[in-house]
Parts: sequence; C-alpha cells; structure tokens
Amino acid sequence: MKPAEYYQRDRTLQPPALVPDYKTSVARSPRYSLISLENSISEITGPVFGHNDIDPVDNDLLRNYATAGDPVGERIIVHGRVLDENTRPVPDTLVEIWQANASGRYRHRKDQYLGALDPNFGGCGRTLTDANGYYVFRTVKPGAYPWRNWVNNWRPAHIHFSVFGSGFAQRLITQLYFEGDPLIPHCPIVKTIPDPDAIEQLIAKLDLNATVPLDSIAYKFDIVLRGRRSTLFENRLEGN
Amino acid sequence: MPQKLEYLRETASQTAGPFVHIGLAPGAAGFDIYREELGHDIAGPNAQGERIRVEGQVIDGTGSPVKDVLLEVWQANAAGCYAHPEGGGPVEEGFRGWGRVITDFETGEWGFDTVKPGAAMGRGGRMMAPHLNFWIVARGINIGLNTRMYFSDEDAANAADPTINLIEWERRRATLIAARAERDGAPVYRFDIRLQGDDETVFFDI
Ligand SMILES: [Fe+3]
Repeated sequence: MKPAEYYQRDRTLQPPALVPDYKTSVARSPRYSLISLENSISEITGPVFGHNDIDPVDNDLLRNYATAGDPVGERIIVHGRVLDENTRPVPDTLVEIWQANASGRYRHRKDQYLGALDPNFGGCGRTLTDANGYYVFRTVKPGAYPWRNWVNNWRPAHIHFSVFGSGFAQRLITQLYFEGDPLIPHCPIVKTIPDPDAIEQLIAKLDLNATVPLDSIAYKFDIVLRGRRSTLFENRLEGN
Repeated sequence: MPQKLEYLRETASQTAGPFVHIGLAPGAAGFDIYREELGHDIAGPNAQGERIRVEGQVIDGTGSPVKDVLLEVWQANAAGCYAHPEGGGPVEEGFRGWGRVITDFETGEWGFDTVKPGAAMGRGGRMMAPHLNFWIVARGINIGLNTRMYFSDEDAANAADPTINLIEWERRRATLIAARAERDGAPVYRFDIRLQGDDETVFFDI
C-alpha cells in the first residue's frame, strides 16, 4: 500500500478569498475560480528540515531574545500535536510561531501601536515536532491589539502558526486563540472562517495538567494537516 | 453500534497578517534572533544546471504592488528530482529546492537566485515542463495561494505540459510563463503575480 495524493482540501471549512468585512481581502482576493489540480510529484513532496536548521533554544520565547531577564507577561506553555486527517502524527515537521508581546505590540518596524516594546521579548520561535508529532513552546501570553479595519476593531490574543507537513500541499498558516477570550466572536479575521466548528478548532484549551506549578500556565493546541490517500490497487499518481 | 469514520478535519487557515516577517523573516522585521534564517539558499553550492534569477512583484486589484507579501518556492533540481524521499531520485548535496522570499517594503519587488529546474515526471507518466511551485501569503490573503511559474524559453515543453493544458482559457495560460531576459550576461526571469483583473494569475486548488 503506497501513499498517493492528498485528500481534496475541504474548502467549506476554509475561509474564502474574499470576505468584505475583512477589508484588506477585497483587493487581494482572486476573482476567478481556482483551477483544481490533481496532485503530482510537485505537490506531494515538500521541504525536509532537520535539527541542523534550528537551535534548541528557538522554541523558548522567554529566553531566545532576552538579554536582561525574563519578558513581562503571563508565562505560558503552548503545546500539542501536529496530526493529519487520518489521525496520524506528523513527525519531524517545522512549526514556526510569531506573536505580539504582553502589551499587544509586535517587534516589527511597521508596528505603530502605542503598546510598549519589551526589551527581553522578540516574539518568534520555531521547533520540529518529535516522532509523535508533538511540539512545545514556552512564551508569554500575547496582548490584544487594535487594528485598522473598522474604526474600532481589536484582535483577540493570538499566536500565528506556520506548519509544513511533508508535502507542499499541506502548507498551512493559521492563528491560535485562547479559550475564554471575549474578543474572539467579534473579530472580522476570525469570522473569515465560515464554519463554527472550524473556528472552535483554532481555540487552544486551558490545560491545567500541563502547567508548571508556581511557574507557567499551559494551553493545548493540536493542528491538523491534510491527510493522504493510500492506493490499495494501483498508483495512478506516477502511472506509467 | 453505528459505523463511524475516524477522520479529523484540516485546521482552518488564517491570514499571515502584516507582521509575518517577525516569524518567518525576522531580519526584515528589524531584528536578528536566529543563527540562520531559513529559505535563503535554495539550490546550494553543488547544484548542477543553469544558475538563474527570478524576480517579480505581486500586484493587487488596484494595480498596486503588494509590499508585505511573503512567497515560498518549491522546485526540482536540474534533473527533475525534488529533495524529498518521494522526490523521484537523488539530489545534489546541499540542494533543498525550497526558498522563502519577501518583498521590499518600499517597492514590492522580490527576487531570488536558484538553478533552473528540469522537467519532472507527472501523473500517468506525462512529463511536466520545468516549473517552480509558489505559495503566497500576506495580510488580506485568507488562505495561501498556490501557483506555478513556467519558463518562456521552454515553448515545446510548455505546449505539452499537462497542467498548462488543464487551463481552459488559453489566454490565461500566459500568466504562468515568466519572460527570460539577460542582465550582465546572466539569465533573469520576470514573474509578476496579479491577484485580480483581466490578467489575474492562474491559481490552483492543489
Ligand atoms: Fe497578529
């Protein structure tokens, strides 16, 4: 049994390109239909990363930028597994995150928000999943921040996630939200996703069992990438 | 007990936002944090084949360049093999075939150096013309856009390419073909990606 192409992406769970309430999408959304392309070798393959590419401290946002003590903010652990739609773990895959600091300010030359920069917080991290698809980051909980869409829009606290998988067709960027955040249902970016369960899947759950007592609170966030077919009788992918 | 299908559902995409550089290209955001940023060296020092440069802009529906976009490229080597266990064969030491590039904040121009890929085996044994696979994210793009870049000096291979021929509208096929020019004696391909308009680039649901 040989793996073949990925399952078709279920676009009913995914945000459409054009969502007028997210104003920036209006001029940046293709208007013609996507051309459906059966996977070839170009889509089922993707970049392979290893431990030579990253450093062990890269997943510790409390330490990977700090020079004079810890960053300000609520210390959190964000952990979970990268799985595929077949419920199998995705091992050795690159997970990258970026976020605002506890004041809701990004360390980015284009961020003008008046929230304070934190000299001990860079705001990015990366790691490889282990053999079981497991990953963990240590960081501070990001603050909510305002953004220019409607006059008064606030992003719920969130962490941006980038995940590779093993094929280029699995490439995904998404955002993690935090259980209980009252801003989630008001956010035009969250609401680009049409399916309520798909939104729920982006909300990390408080995980008291994974906390470090007297140190850090924990949130659990599993990520699901597309699954692959297994060809039982013939492999039409390579053909011949 | 009723039968149950045990599948999970793919996590929904969200826009990469305006500050994607912090995570994926922190040097461009204005700070150094990693020993090495990933995706700068696509082909490595040992790659066979013709060294090329690829440049372009991503242009929005108003005709303006998008200045905060991030592009990733995935390509085969000159022999048509990808650096992956199922990539069709071995690749040169140091060849990853994957790159990550961001646009200039002022001009929206992006560019990278690599080697020209070879034709790769497609579905059903049909050869695919040499191409680069692109994935594009930015603020305002809710789910990454997939497209392919083909080469203007590969007319015969392009004419037989199964993906190009899948595009019903012949005039739209031209949006995937980068024009070759010379600069200082070296080949430079121009690949502008149009998000909207009459010449909207063909994007794929892969
Ligand atoms: Fe953000």
